[in-house]
Amino acid sequence: MDPTRFETHPSKYRHWKLSVAGDVATLTMAVDADHPHRPGYELKLNSYDLSVDIELADAIQRIRFEHPEVKCVVFTADLDKVFCSGANIYMLGLSTHSFKVNFCKFTNETRLYLEDASANSGLGSLCACKGTTAGGGYELALACDETVLVDDGNSAVSFPETPLLAVLPGTGGLTRLVDKRKVRRDRADVFCTTAEGIKGKRAKDWGLVEDVVSRSKWDDAVKARASAIAARQTVTRGPAIQLPELAPKVTDKAFTYRYVELTIDRAARTAALTIKAPADAPDLASADTWSLRAFRELDDALLRLRFDLPEIGVVTVRTSGDKAQVLAHDEAVAKATTGLAREIRLLQRRVLKRYDNTARSFYAVADSRDSCFAGSLLELALGADRFYMLIDGDEAVSVQTSVANQGFFTMSTGLSRLDARFYGTPAAATKVLARGAEGPIPSEEAEALGIATIAADDIDFEDELRIAIEERASLSPDALTGMEASLRFVGPETLETKIFGRLSAWQNWIFTRANSTGEHGALTLYGQPERPQFQWKRT
Amino acid sequence: MGNVLTDEKIPNNVNLSGDKRLQRALEAWQPHFIDWWKQMGPLGWQERDIYLRTAVSVETDGWAHFDHVKMPDYRWGIFLEPKQEGRTHGFGDFYGQPVWDEVPGEFRNLMKRLIVTQGDTEPASVEQQRELGATAPSLYDLRNLFQVNVEEGRHLWAMVYLLHTYFGRDGREEAEELLARRSGDADKPRILGAFNEPTSHWLSFYMFTMFTDRDGKYQLSALAESGFDPLARTCRFMLTEEAHHMFVGETGVQRVVKRACELMKQDGNGDPRALGGIDLPTVQKYLNLWYTLSLDLFGGEVSSNAADAFAAGLKGRYKEDRYDEHKLVGSHFAMDVLEGGKVVHKDIPMRNALNEVLRTEYIKDCQRGVDRWNKTIKDEGIDFELVLPSNKFHRQIGMWAGSSFTPGGEMIDEATFTARRGEWLPTAADETYIKSLMHPVYERGKFASWIAPPTRGINGLPGDFEYVRL
Repeated sequence: MDPTRFETHPSKYRHWKLSVAGDVATLTMAVDADHPHRPGYELKLNSYDLSVDIELADAIQRIRFEHPEVKCVVFTADLDKVFCSGANIYMLGLSTHSFKVNFCKFTNETRLYLEDASANSGLGSLCACKGTTAGGGYELALACDETVLVDDGNSAVSFPETPLLAVLPGTGGLTRLVDKRKVRRDRADVFCTTAEGIKGKRAKDWGLVEDVVSRSKWDDAVKARASAIAARQTVTRGPAIQLPELAPKVTDKAFTYRYVELTIDRAARTAALTIKAPADAPDLASADTWSLRAFRELDDALLRLRFDLPEIGVVTVRTSGDKAQVLAHDEAVAKATTGLAREIRLLQRRVLKRYDNTARSFYAVADSRDSCFAGSLLELALGADRFYMLIDGDEAVSVQTSVANQGFFTMSTGLSRLDARFYGTPAAATKVLARGAEGPIPSEEAEALGIATIAADDIDFEDELRIAIEERASLSPDALTGMEASLRFVGPETLETKIFGRLSAWQNWIFTRANSTGEHGALTLYGQPERPQFQWKRT
Repeated sequence: MGNVLTDEKIPNNVNLSGDKRLQRALEAWQPHFIDWWKQMGPLGWQERDIYLRTAVSVETDGWAHFDHVKMPDYRWGIFLEPKQEGRTHGFGDFYGQPVWDEVPGEFRNLMKRLIVTQGDTEPASVEQQRELGATAPSLYDLRNLFQVNVEEGRHLWAMVYLLHTYFGRDGREEAEELLARRSGDADKPRILGAFNEPTSHWLSFYMFTMFTDRDGKYQLSALAESGFDPLARTCRFMLTEEAHHMFVGETGVQRVVKRACELMKQDGNGDPRALGGIDLPTVQKYLNLWYTLSLDLFGGEVSSNAADAFAAGLKGRYKEDRYDEHKLVGSHFAMDVLEGGKVVHKDIPMRNALNEVLRTEYIKDCQRGVDRWNKTIKDEGIDFELVLPSNKFHRQIGMWAGSSFTPGGEMIDEATFTARRGEWLPTAADETYIKSLMHPVYERGKFASWIAPPTRGINGLPGDFEYVRL
C-alpha cells in the first residue's frame, strides 16, 4: 500500500475550497465522492474519510500561519440539502481496527486544533449548517465556537451512531455535548438515540445550536455572525509566512526529513526516531526556522508511524546536536513578541500532545556525547514512557532545561510534563528547573533528580537498553496501549483527556464487539441487505 | 371547545368519536388544515359548488358518494381498509409473524420518516396545482382537477391520522410541519425536489397525474404490504382514489394526442400548432420530462434505506403475494449500474435493489399507458409513436444523475446533452407556446381547441353536465 501523505496544500485540495475575504475565511466542504483515501467506497453526501480530514487539518494550520488577517473561519458546504453526513460508514466498515482508532484520533486532534486556534490564536469559528448535519458533521460543529442551522422544516443535527451503527460518535461529540455546550444530559440522551436528529426551534431551545435561520435570511445571518465573531477576537497573529513542503524521503526502511529521521526495524517491531538540533542561529522570519520546521517534521513522522507502521511497537527517541542551539531557539521564540512566534510555540505544543497521544511505547535514549535533550527536546524525554541515560566518564551526556520546560508546553491534562512527572511533589519539578538554570545536568544527577528512569554506565547500558526494548516488544500491544495512556495522563481530567480517554476506553471497546463489527454487527451490515442481530447481555 | 369533531363532520371508520386522543389531536390540527386549504388550495374557486366524490364509508357504495359541495366544506375523512384477522407479515425478517397493530419502538423513526415523506407529497401537489383553475379547458376537467386536489387533501388526512395515532408528540409536530412546508418556498420547501416546481399548465397537470401520481400508486402499493397493519390498511384505501388521478392523467394526455391527430389531418401542412393544438413531438418532450422526474422519486438504484425498510417489514414489493420468496436474503437482481464511468450489468443484493425493482414495475405500467396513447394515434391513421425514454435519461437522483444519456440510453458527454437538450425536453419556447393555449373554457359541454372531449362524463353523467357551478 502506498504510504499515507499528510502533507497537502490548498492548490491540491479535492474536498474543500478555502477562500479568504477580509478577516473571514470560508472553508467549503465539497467532498469529491470519487476520490476516497483508499478505493472501495464513495464519499457521497459530504461524508468524510482520512483524505478529507487531512485537508481540513492542513487548512486550519495554514490559516493560522499564512492568513494572520483571518479572525473567523466559516464552515459551509456546496450541497443544497446536506452540510455533512459524517464519517463515511462504508469506509469504517472496510477499515482495520487500528486504522479506525487512528482515524478517530486524528480527526479528534484536528477538532481540538480548531478549539486551540479559537482559545489562543484569535481565530474564531462558525459552523454554518445549511442542511443535514449528521454524526461527524455535527461533531465538527461542536468544535466550532458557534453553530447555526437552517430552519427549513427538514434539516436537523443528529448523532445517529448509536441507533443506526451501534457505535458512538467518535470525535468527541458526546463529551462536547454535555461538557462544552452543556446540553442537559437527559436531553442529550434523547438526542443521541434519535437517528433523525433534532431540528428547528427545538435544536436551539436544547442548546444544540446557537440559532436557527430561514433560508432566505441565511446568507446575511451567517455573514453577520461571522463578522461578530471576527470582531471580538483580541489576539493577533502574524507576520504571515508560507509553510513550505517538508517532502521527506520515504523508503521501506526510513522516513528522512531535514531534522527528523525515523528508521524502521520491522523484524524487531521497533523504530528509532532521531531529532537533530539546529545548526544555525534562530531566524524567526524564516518558515524553515528550526523550531517550526523540526516540529512539523516530527508531526508528520508521528502520523506516518501511527497509520503506516501499525506493527512497530517500541520507538526509541534520540536527539543529536548542540544543546546550546536548541536553547537559543527556544529562547528566541519565547521572547519574540510577534504572533508568529506564539503560533510556533502553539504548534510545538500540539505536536508534543500528538506525541503523548501516540499509542506506541516511547523510550527516550541519551547515549551519545552529542545527545541534546534540552529545552523543547527535553519534553520528548519527559513525555516518553521511560528515559535511559548513559553515564559516561566526562559527563558529556546530559540534559538541560530552558524556558520551554517552564509550563507553556502543557499536556492534554493542562499539566506541564515536569509537573506530570512529579505529580503530587511539585517541589521536585521546581528543583529540576532550579538546577537546570545552572547548566547541563549529567546522567547520574538526572537519575537522582528523577529525570532519567535509568542511568547506567557503559558496562551495563547497552544490555540494559536492549533487554528493555525486547521485553517491551514482547508484551501485548493492547494492554500496553491502555497502560501507557493511563500512566501518561496522570492528574486532572480535562475536555481533551475525556475525549481521548472515552474514545480509547469506550469507542475502541465497542468497535471490537460483535454488536458493531461482528458478522451480524450493525457496522458490518450497514448498507447490506440484512439487519443486525445483537447479543443482548449488558456488562 | 370551539371545534368539536364528530363522525358526521369527519367521515371515518376509526371510531373517532370514541378515541379521545385522536379527537384532541385532530381538533387542534383540523383548523390549521382548513386555513392551509384556503391559503394554498385551488385559487379562486373556494366558494363554488363542485360536483365531487366524497368517501363516506369503506363499503362499495360508500366511497363513491357524489354531490355538489364547496371545497372548504368537503368532508375529508379517515378510512382504513377493514382489518383482516390473523394477517401476518408478508415479507422481510418478520415474515410469517403476526402483523403489528402498534409501531414497534425499534422502527419508529424509520416508519415515521416513510410516512412523513409520503405525506409531504400530498399537500405539495395541491400547492403545485393551485393556479390551474384559471385556465381549465372545460368544466369537466376543472372538476377533475378539484377532485384530485380534495383527494390529495384526504391522503394528507390519512397520513396525519397515522402520525397522530401512533407517533405521540413527535407525530403531532410532524403533522403540523406538513402544513408549514410549502411547495417552492425558499424557506420551507417540500421535502422532495420534484414537488417544489409549480405545475404551470394543463399538459403538465396531465403528465403529472399520469406519471407522478403513478409513482404514488407504486409507493402506496409497497406500503400497503407493510407489517405495520394500520399503514397497510390506510394505503390500500388510498389506492382506490389514486386510480382516479391516473385516469385523469392518462385520458387527459390521450385526449391531447387525439386532438393533435385530428388537427394534423385538418391542417394542410399537418401542423396542429397552426390550428391551436399541441403537436406530438412536443407531447413527447413533456412525456420525457415528467416521466424522468417521476423515476427520480423511487430513490437510489442501490439503497440501504430500501433494504432496511424491507428487512423491517415496513415497505414491501408491488403485489408481494405474486412472489414465491419473501425474505430475499442471498438473492440478487441483475441491473445496470455505473462503475468507473461505464454502464455495466451486475447482480445487486435483492434487498438493496428494491427501489429499482419497484421502478421496473412502474416502468411496465407506464408502458401500458403509452401503448394505449399509441393505439389512439394509430386509430387516427397517423404515423407517429410516443416512447418512454431510457431510465438513465435526464435523471437528477440516483446513480445516473451526474452523467448524461440520450433518451435511447446511450451515454454522451455533458456538452452534447446541453446542445441537444431542446430536442428532448421542453424549451422555453415550448413552454411559452403551451401557456399561450391556456385559456379557460367554462361553457357547459365546450372544450379548448387543443384537447378532445372525453368519451364519457363523470358518474355516468353527460359531458355537458354542470360539473362546476359558476
